[in-house]
Amino acid sequence: MNNMNDKKPNPLTLQLDVSAFVPATQEEKENLVVMRDSVSFWKDGFRRLKKNKMAMTSLIIIIVVLILAFIVPSFYPYDYKTQIRGSENLAPMEYSDTELKSMEAGVSVFPHFLGTDSLGRDMSVRIMMGSRISLLVGIVASAIICLIGSLYGAIAGYFGGRLDQVMMRIVDMIYTVPDLIIIILLTTTLKYPLKSLAESNKAFAWINVVGVGLICIFIVFALLYWVGMARIIRSQILSLKEQEYVTAAKALGSGSGRIITKHLLKNCMGMIIVTTTLQIPSAIFTESFLSFIGLGVSAPMPSLGSLADTALDGISSYPYRLLAPAIMISLIILSFNLLGDGLRDAFDPKLKK
Amino acid sequence: MGKYIIKRVLYAVLTLAVVITLTFFLMYLIPGGPFLSEKAPSAATTAALKAKYGLDQPVIVQFKNYVVNMLGGDLGPSLKQRGRYVSDIIAAKFPVSAKVGGMSVVVALVLGIPLGSIAALKRGKWTDKIITFFSTFGIAVPSFVMSTILVIIFSISLKLLPTYGLNTASSYIMPVAALSFYPIAYIARLMRSSMLDVLGQDYMRTARAKGLSTFKQLFKHAMRNAILPVVTYLGPMIAYTLTGSFVVEKIFTIPGLGKEFISSIVNRDYPMIMGTTIFLAALIIAMNVAVDIIYKLVDPRIKLQ
Repeated sequence: MNNMNDKKPNPLTLQLDVSAFVPATQEEKENLVVMRDSVSFWKDGFRRLKKNKMAMTSLIIIIVVLILAFIVPSFYPYDYKTQIRGSENLAPMEYSDTELKSMEAGVSVFPHFLGTDSLGRDMSVRIMMGSRISLLVGIVASAIICLIGSLYGAIAGYFGGRLDQVMMRIVDMIYTVPDLIIIILLTTTLKYPLKSLAESNKAFAWINVVGVGLICIFIVFALLYWVGMARIIRSQILSLKEQEYVTAAKALGSGSGRIITKHLLKNCMGMIIVTTTLQIPSAIFTESFLSFIGLGVSAPMPSLGSLADTALDGISSYPYRLLAPAIMISLIILSFNLLGDGLRDAFDPKLKK
Repeated sequence: MGKYIIKRVLYAVLTLAVVITLTFFLMYLIPGGPFLSEKAPSAATTAALKAKYGLDQPVIVQFKNYVVNMLGGDLGPSLKQRGRYVSDIIAAKFPVSAKVGGMSVVVALVLGIPLGSIAALKRGKWTDKIITFFSTFGIAVPSFVMSTILVIIFSISLKLLPTYGLNTASSYIMPVAALSFYPIAYIARLMRSSMLDVLGQDYMRTARAKGLSTFKQLFKHAMRNAILPVVTYLGPMIAYTLTGSFVVEKIFTIPGLGKEFISSIVNRDYPMIMGTTIFLAALIIAMNVAVDIIYKLVDPRIKLQ
């Protein structure tokens, strides 16, 4: 009886197999779709970024430094401004006499990984706080530069004509101004008006909290450093504004402001991000330079530059005190440079293979 | 060409005028006059002093006087170094800075250009990798970090080189090395990418095809075109060297203008700050103009407007 089923079906039979007409399952339907998910500009960029080992290593280093600078100091056993009596000028991993005694008594003492400075302040937490200030300067300054530069460049590029000419001549002029010298001049002179402003007016009391030095640096960056960004964005906008979607947007009746913010700036986002990332190390560079010559943040707040400056006095006896901030600052600048290069390679449409 | 030069110079003069005005009025805004100290002088003395230095006149007149004097080479008296004039101090100190700075610029060009070219010629080989690593690293290290690392290695550990002053020839080594490290790395990077670009050009293939010697190919065809981006970097490099000298002169206690400028900031010697700022700004702006003009001259491909 079973032989009937085992027998090969006659190829010429007209009897239809019902099972072939069962509705397809979801899985089977998906298998038939030839199109893949469209890869967005961002996904594509990040996919290429992930392949760049240097950029990814830099990204990891930056994340570690960010954690060290912004999170670790809040639960670290030492404080950046507390001066521990009796533990001045300790070498790395060395303990003071009082600390050794309490250790013998069974109390665990947290080690000073990088020693202490001449006032008995723990160096490792000071370096972390210094990195915080340097990173803060870099990130906030770049954000200011990004905002001013991209808006200025977009307006000049979009409207063109006489307005563009005037705006770009101003950029040319700021470009030729020797920036560091003007920065030094502005930081020396702006300190006093800012201080008196903070003291006279309650609404400006926050100036003292942030620190006059830091605010000077931000003002100076906002005044001088956006020109490079403005030039790059303008040249991007000049070609982007000829695209069809801008004509379409115009035909649909959107105003200039909307076209600039919603269409043009969104389309040069890749360029904006790359330029901003590459601004961060240059801002950190400048801040450390200013702090090193004594113009940056004010004591007891440390910055990597001012830490190096104070360490310079004792360079022959305590060279490691100089090395730690020096290595940290180079590491931060190097990582941001490499990440910026990687981002540029990943997001620049011209380099696409 | 003449039109371009005139336009460029006019811009430079305009920029400098803005810098001078900015400097003067910013300095004017600082509260507490120059004669304020712990021992407050009597009102009569202050008035006499103010009259002597022309500080009792309205701001605009003071500004006019300052500019007129400046055009005559007089930048006013220094407040902290009694009896000395700012222009004299600059004249005395600037040659020292210029010597160290000039040496660094030369060293940067002499080392940076060959390094970049070699890296491009040996693309992908280990020489290229080493040079690229070095130049990536060099751009990330601020000059004060470089100087202190040099001091720690060569003066403290090895005790080979002196830490301060410029008394012997060997004392130039570290300041010049510290100042030129960043430009070397930057020029090497610039040179490598422009050389790679040039080597891929059609005229290089032609040069090879017509059987020119490697030497001629490199120096007559490749180098001359590849070096152009380095020319544009000359202006920023001079500015970098001048401002970098503040830090390097501080670390190595070199009696140059940079160290003088830093101490005038610390001592609040306002005429000195003003004078040095204007002097350095003028120098950098002038250098930029000169470099721009040179660039137009050496690159015939750029159409003169």
